[in-house]
Amino acid sequence: MLEQEDKILEVRQLQTHFFTDEGISKAVDGVDFVLHKGETLGIVGESGCGKSITSMSILRLIDSPPGKIVGGEVVFKGENLLSKSEATMRKIRGNEISMIFQEPMTSLNPVFSVGEQIAEVFRVHQNMGRKEAWKKAVEMLKLVGIPSPEERAKQEPHELSGGMRQRVMIAMALSCNPEILIADEPTTALDVTIQAQILELMKTLQNELGMGVIMITHDLGVVSETCDRVAVMYAGKVVEYATADDLFDQPKHPYTIGLMNSLPRMDIDQESLQAIPGNVPSPYNMPNGCRFAPRCPHAKGICHDAIPELRNTDDGSQVRCWMYTPEWEDHSDITKAGVK
Amino acid sequence: MFVYIIRRFLQTIPVLLGVIFVVFLIMKLVPGDPAVLIAGEGATEETIETIRNDLGLNDPLLVQYFSYLKDIVQGDFGESIRSNRPVFDEIMVRLPITMELALISILFSIVLGMIAGILSATKPNSIADITIMLLALIGVSFPSFWIGLMLIFYFSVQLQIFPVAGWDSWMHIVLPSITLGAMGAAIIARMTRSSMLDVIRQDYIRTARAKGLKNRVIIYKHGLKNAIIPVITVIGLQFGVLLGGAVITETVFAINGLGRLIVDSIYARDLPMIQGTVLTASVIFVIVNLIVDTLYRYFNKRIELD
Amino acid sequence: MSVQTQVAQDKELLLDVKNLKQHFPVKGGLLGRTINHVKAVDGVDFQMNEGETLSIVGESGCGKSTTGRAILRLDNPTDGEIYFQGQNLLKLNKKEMRKVRKDLQVIFQDPFASLNPRQTIKSILYEALSIQNVLPKAKRLERIYELLEHVGLPADSIHRYPHEFSGGQRQRIGIARALAVDPKLIICDEAVSALDVSVQAQVLNLLKSLQNQFNLTFLFIAHDLGVVRHISDRVIVMYLGKIVEIADKKTLFQSPQHPYTKALLSAIPVTKKEEKRERIVLEGDVPSPINPPEGCRFHNRCPLAVDACKTQVPPLRNIENGHQVACHLVS
Repeated sequence: MLEQEDKILEVRQLQTHFFTDEGISKAVDGVDFVLHKGETLGIVGESGCGKSITSMSILRLIDSPPGKIVGGEVVFKGENLLSKSEATMRKIRGNEISMIFQEPMTSLNPVFSVGEQIAEVFRVHQNMGRKEAWKKAVEMLKLVGIPSPEERAKQEPHELSGGMRQRVMIAMALSCNPEILIADEPTTALDVTIQAQILELMKTLQNELGMGVIMITHDLGVVSETCDRVAVMYAGKVVEYATADDLFDQPKHPYTIGLMNSLPRMDIDQESLQAIPGNVPSPYNMPNGCRFAPRCPHAKGICHDAIPELRNTDDGSQVRCWMYTPEWEDHSDITKAGVK
Repeated sequence: MFVYIIRRFLQTIPVLLGVIFVVFLIMKLVPGDPAVLIAGEGATEETIETIRNDLGLNDPLLVQYFSYLKDIVQGDFGESIRSNRPVFDEIMVRLPITMELALISILFSIVLGMIAGILSATKPNSIADITIMLLALIGVSFPSFWIGLMLIFYFSVQLQIFPVAGWDSWMHIVLPSITLGAMGAAIIARMTRSSMLDVIRQDYIRTARAKGLKNRVIIYKHGLKNAIIPVITVIGLQFGVLLGGAVITETVFAINGLGRLIVDSIYARDLPMIQGTVLTASVIFVIVNLIVDTLYRYFNKRIELD
Repeated sequence: MSVQTQVAQDKELLLDVKNLKQHFPVKGGLLGRTINHVKAVDGVDFQMNEGETLSIVGESGCGKSTTGRAILRLDNPTDGEIYFQGQNLLKLNKKEMRKVRKDLQVIFQDPFASLNPRQTIKSILYEALSIQNVLPKAKRLERIYELLEHVGLPADSIHRYPHEFSGGQRQRIGIARALAVDPKLIICDEAVSALDVSVQAQVLNLLKSLQNQFNLTFLFIAHDLGVVRHISDRVIVMYLGKIVEIADKKTLFQSPQHPYTKALLSAIPVTKKEEKRERIVLEGDVPSPINPPEGCRFHNRCPLAVDACKTQVPPLRNIENGHQVACHLVS
């Protein structure tokens, strides 16, 4: 187990809801996790599970209205970010906690040179003059492996390829040597060979600079290759929280298992895939009990009635499922599908 | 960029030739014989015929067009029938006044319209937003001569702050500029608002926030430079509308500009003058469009890719 | 070689693409003339047999989607021949092409964009049936219910609109529409790319079972190699407008020969140790298809490139049993 003082971020019972004409969408509904120094934490799940909203909530970048963080704590270096002033948050954003996004095509401002967009960070957070900031921006471009950085700095985003733009985003995010980098689907929009380049770059820079990384992704392959610890999210809640090794060796939650079985294998031939039946529930109309119960092959009465807690298991991982509780056997309405 | 400007400039030549042709043709089709007008009442048929020959009115249409074109290229717009002075000289006296009025009006439209639009967009559905959009609706829907008359009534007649008419000091400029610029300001405000609201939702604005920038910097630096792109097009179109509006505004405020010159020469059937003024207005419009397109290109370099 | 491929080879040739080229003009200069061409597809040859699933994989800009569009005649190819059931599609006029579309259907990536939001499912499917006039009017409604059952949608969806469905369900509607006219070949252009993995698995299963049921032929255009490995019998790998390798699935994934294929396969992030390959990280980006590199188009990123690669274009050569590779270093 990692030392207590290594803990740099702790999210407790985070709740972010959206208040719209259609009702209240409980996009994030009680999420807990911890990030340690130099560690990579993966948050994985399918669209609408709340992983991106979680990451945006950490930096308080949720558009309000309609979004609002209605509960919980985000503790960074011992202090709750949710009670900080907007001015304090600005000093943290891009400086101590940085973020990169899914679409490098649209995440850079099309009308400014990439050098200017990086230099801006130095001017804002380190009070540098224009010349000095520009010089640092060029250095950053070099750090992220962009060839002839002096010339590239003067170019605008549309003159760069997708992979280059994501490198620029990384350069921008790492300018102030942050303690945490939140990467929201950083390689989803990229081709697989470019994805490999970017993941490699992130790994190298993380080793060099020692920051903690929160990797938001839907791709289990990316999680397996980059993360130390993983939180699997489903319908606004963490359903499983484990080290990457444990998660892939012994997935516990039926959703995690279903997700892994849905992926086509690269080593053996399968006649058909074990898909998860049904669809993700609407965030406006969540099931009363376990949110996965309507799609779960093992679900029985208790699963539809009450939401299970995220509980510790014997091997130190956590799972939110009635099957792993003493109550499971007590219930007489056992369905044919037991725990495999 | 340079190639683009040259190319765009070359494209204006056929446009101008077309404009000249249309102006020429319309005047030919208008009832009323200029020779009769020059000769004056009671002139003999022979005198009129002589004048007609002198003016080349008996030549084939195409010959007349080319000789007209040749004169124009040399800066010779003919002589005014009314005053017997060269049309070009008279236009040059009036043009600066109208340009001054138009530029101040468009400036007023841009400044007021953009500030109002940005205020609206940054606080959508707030009281400020609703008030601004209501005013903009009034600006768009009320005719400028009415706005002009109302301004004269309150600020000149009742409050006596500004002069009623004329064009001498800066005090004279205020009311006509507001009159002429009101509609533009309203349209620009609405366009700026919708464009800004669209930009605020973009990913790069989220990136700017994640960088820890101040709201002011996000809106005015990262937002505005993108939001301005569609607004520029509207400003260009608005300038054309403005030239048309100048005719009315100059009449309401008794300003001796190009607009009034057009009106007066139409009343006097002063054909060379009408041709000259309409042509001048067209040339200005074409030039403004060229500038607008170039600016658009400058702000939106991405279109070079398409 | 797997049994499946052998069976496929015994079957009839359905599609034969010869030297397909699709160049798009680039305008520029003072007079806005065509100054260059984007060589999106630059000389592509392949065959498809009835009942097989052939995939085209490659990264953005490799020309895989353009190839699909050319076969559907959505663009007008610059050069080449496309024989479908013995008929050269590029020689057909609009009316004749419309007839061919009965046997040649497509499913797109974004089901929402390809379904008219103001049409009910019934009218979407009815329209598909009436365009080709394959059934007497009286039987069409019956057929619509049958189609919904085939794609696993409840019968009551018939009066609903596309926006009432989830992404996976909409893709089922798209499949039903393609299926309506009993086609021979369905081109699936990134058909499952926008779906979440759990739903993607449902749709992949559906496609496979429909193929068995109706003897469909799929041309599957995708960038996800896991999906491609699951669904395909044979795979084409494209790079910058050219085919670099064609092989049956097993051969391609077990012993890829082209250096690009090797790099591509090694770049896939995987979850299981058994699936891991030694990673080959390629340097740089894919060059522009306007001015592709001389010789082998991959040579400037290829870790193995020799002098010949810089000047001579490697032809697509058969190395064994239909395994074709375009590389100077593979013989």
